[in-house]
Amino acid sequence: MQLTERHQEYWRKNLRITAILLAIWFVVTFVIGWFARDLASITILGFPLPFYMGAQGSLIIYVLIIWYYAHYMNKLDEQYGVQEGEQQ
Amino acid sequence: MATQAQSTFNTQLKKYYSFYTGGFILFLIALAILEWMGLPNRWIGYLFLFATIGLYAGIGIMSRTADVAEYYVAGRRVPAFFNGMATGADWMSAASFIGMAGTLYHTGYDGLAFIMGWTGGYCLVALFLAPYLRKFGQFTIPDFLGARYGGNIPRLIGVVAAIICSFTYVIAQIYGVGIITSRFTGLEFGIGVFVGLAGILVCSFLGGMRAVTWTQVAQYIILIIAYMIPPVWLAAKQTGVPVPQLVYGYQLQKVTQREKELDADPKEQEVRAIFKQKADAAVAALKNPDAAYAAGKAQAEKRVADLRAANAPADKLKAAEEDLATYKDENTAKAQWTKDKGLAARAGPNRPHAEMFPGKDEKARSTARNNFLALILCLMVGTAALPHILMRYYTTPSVKDARQSVFWSLFFIFLLYFTAPALAVLVKYEIYYNLVGISFDQLPNWVQAWRLVDPTLLSLTDINGDGLVQRAEILIGGDIVVLATPEIAGLPYVISGLVAAGGLAAALSTADGLLLTIANALSHDVYYKMIDPNAPTKRRLTIAKSLLLVVAVVAAYVTSLKPGDILFLVGAAFSIAASAFFPALVLGVFWKRANKAGAILGMLGGLGVCLYYMVTRYPFFGINMPLWYGITPISAGIFGIPAGFVGVIVGTLLTPAPSSAVQELVDHVRYPNLTGDIDTRAA
Repeated sequence: MQLTERHQEYWRKNLRITAILLAIWFVVTFVIGWFARDLASITILGFPLPFYMGAQGSLIIYVLIIWYYAHYMNKLDEQYGVQEGEQQ
Repeated sequence: MATQAQSTFNTQLKKYYSFYTGGFILFLIALAILEWMGLPNRWIGYLFLFATIGLYAGIGIMSRTADVAEYYVAGRRVPAFFNGMATGADWMSAASFIGMAGTLYHTGYDGLAFIMGWTGGYCLVALFLAPYLRKFGQFTIPDFLGARYGGNIPRLIGVVAAIICSFTYVIAQIYGVGIITSRFTGLEFGIGVFVGLAGILVCSFLGGMRAVTWTQVAQYIILIIAYMIPPVWLAAKQTGVPVPQLVYGYQLQKVTQREKELDADPKEQEVRAIFKQKADAAVAALKNPDAAYAAGKAQAEKRVADLRAANAPADKLKAAEEDLATYKDENTAKAQWTKDKGLAARAGPNRPHAEMFPGKDEKARSTARNNFLALILCLMVGTAALPHILMRYYTTPSVKDARQSVFWSLFFIFLLYFTAPALAVLVKYEIYYNLVGISFDQLPNWVQAWRLVDPTLLSLTDINGDGLVQRAEILIGGDIVVLATPEIAGLPYVISGLVAAGGLAAALSTADGLLLTIANALSHDVYYKMIDPNAPTKRRLTIAKSLLLVVAVVAAYVTSLKPGDILFLVGAAFSIAASAFFPALVLGVFWKRANKAGAILGMLGGLGVCLYYMVTRYPFFGINMPLWYGITPISAGIFGIPAGFVGVIVGTLLTPAPSSAVQELVDHVRYPNLTGDIDTRAA
């Protein structure tokens, strides 16, 4: 079975959103973690910023990343006509 | 038609579980009334234990099945929302429920590696695996490896790796079950293990994945109610605001301020100096044990004799006699010195809760940071590779539901994980402000109760004899942070029973999922796919159920030998899964060129490097080679994961591209629906 140009485009868009969300994931986890001591003087809700991120902020962003991916891909499926049919 | 049936099913589920939650709350209220009327605590413990296990058994029996798809993947009709709850319970183990807040209590910021690692991994599950595995739509993770890379060798390596990591993990769970049952009912640990095992088996034996799914949903509801009530109450008591997650930043500031005050307090320093002196003396004695033994014994004997002659008070005499008892023979004395040497840890200043990577110099701090980040990575990648979690995404009705289900999974997990650091800080506040500095005659009730229950959880000794509690005089076991919060917050005993029931639910649900994974790897992948592909359905299920029983008994037996340290076992399972599975699974979807030779090389390479590093570095095995870049063996995956990727890439590039049928399979999993597509769904 041959993939059409539209199928290729769907996959490229999937890769793009995956890369963008992965970059956000990387920054909130590892970049903030690496520079934690330098960011410690910033205070948010009484916490030093890296503590807040580690205990709440990053977690909220993870939940949002996954929500957004599901929302985006489910819409993309329909846009490109690759959504699942009734029989599934 | 199918959609309509699914939506009716969904509505019914919502109705059942709402009734169930309401019923559970009524049960709590009834118990609270009984407690008020004078029901003894021990009975409340028994009622919780038997009522909850009986409930799980009921769901397990109602979900019995003789259908293969029902047994392995719950009929693939678990709605996203409920699959999320089931994954949450599957995911959160005894270590998360009971141990994590304690770890955070002791390690402060650095412990947040567990919080981020065990949640952020779901981003990888969502982006790289769940939707694609759902589209592939078979029963186990080795199924995917077998189909994608062809032949039985990748499948077999998958089976072996799945068994190693799940077995390591399940032992930690059954251990947790044993501890909770024995603590709350007074049964012996070994018996507690087997009672718990019975609880695990009633959930999964008759109904496989279907029964496990619906009991896990029930278990999630219990565990989240149990986890939330005490910190909400404690936050209201301390700050007047019943939202612990929102207010604990300010409590953390107060804790930090108190840490500084205590470090400067002369009484604190006095206690620390005593510890340091004892530790130094022990180090000196261990260097020259013969002479130290003779001198120490003579001195201790003289002191007892002097005190007797002087008619000294009973408690002083008793202390001197206990001291003399450690000189019974040279080995007893050596054991005591080795123990005293460890007191050096209590001689230092407070570990600052809010400080990142505290350490004595820049080098120690940067090693701490590297270990922190390495642990996060291993836990995250391990999350996205543990077969018992990935398997859950086979059970949703569609790819769309699989994507949404990862969201619900993390949402339900998040509720507990963003509460745990709050609980740790609130309990620390309570100890630093309301326990430190008070007189030994006026200890709060919860302190009195817990130091009698188990001295490893809480012990206080008046080291410097001033009659007041100093921070350094308190020795606290991590588990008490969750277990004692209801009493610290002044809640009735019912809530303590509820917390125990929640911990039990967490341990049982995870153990269920893991045992099922191991038994399915053996019955489905080894027996059905490799030994007898023509086996009739009935025989497949009989084999699956018998293997489940065998694996469960073996796991309980190994647990009753009490091997190793729980946290290490759990961490090891993540590193192993991350190194063995993640590269081959992800490249299998995202790199069409990846082939069988690459998968074999990558999985064996990753697993090999990871196991090699653990065995040669973890003290339990006694080899203790020097660490690479100071990375502790719990994060062995940091070397195993790159080895896995390099292995897949090198092996693939040295051998020809996979067949066009395999390339078509890759396209098949990438698109939720393709016209003229192949069908990989298992019957």
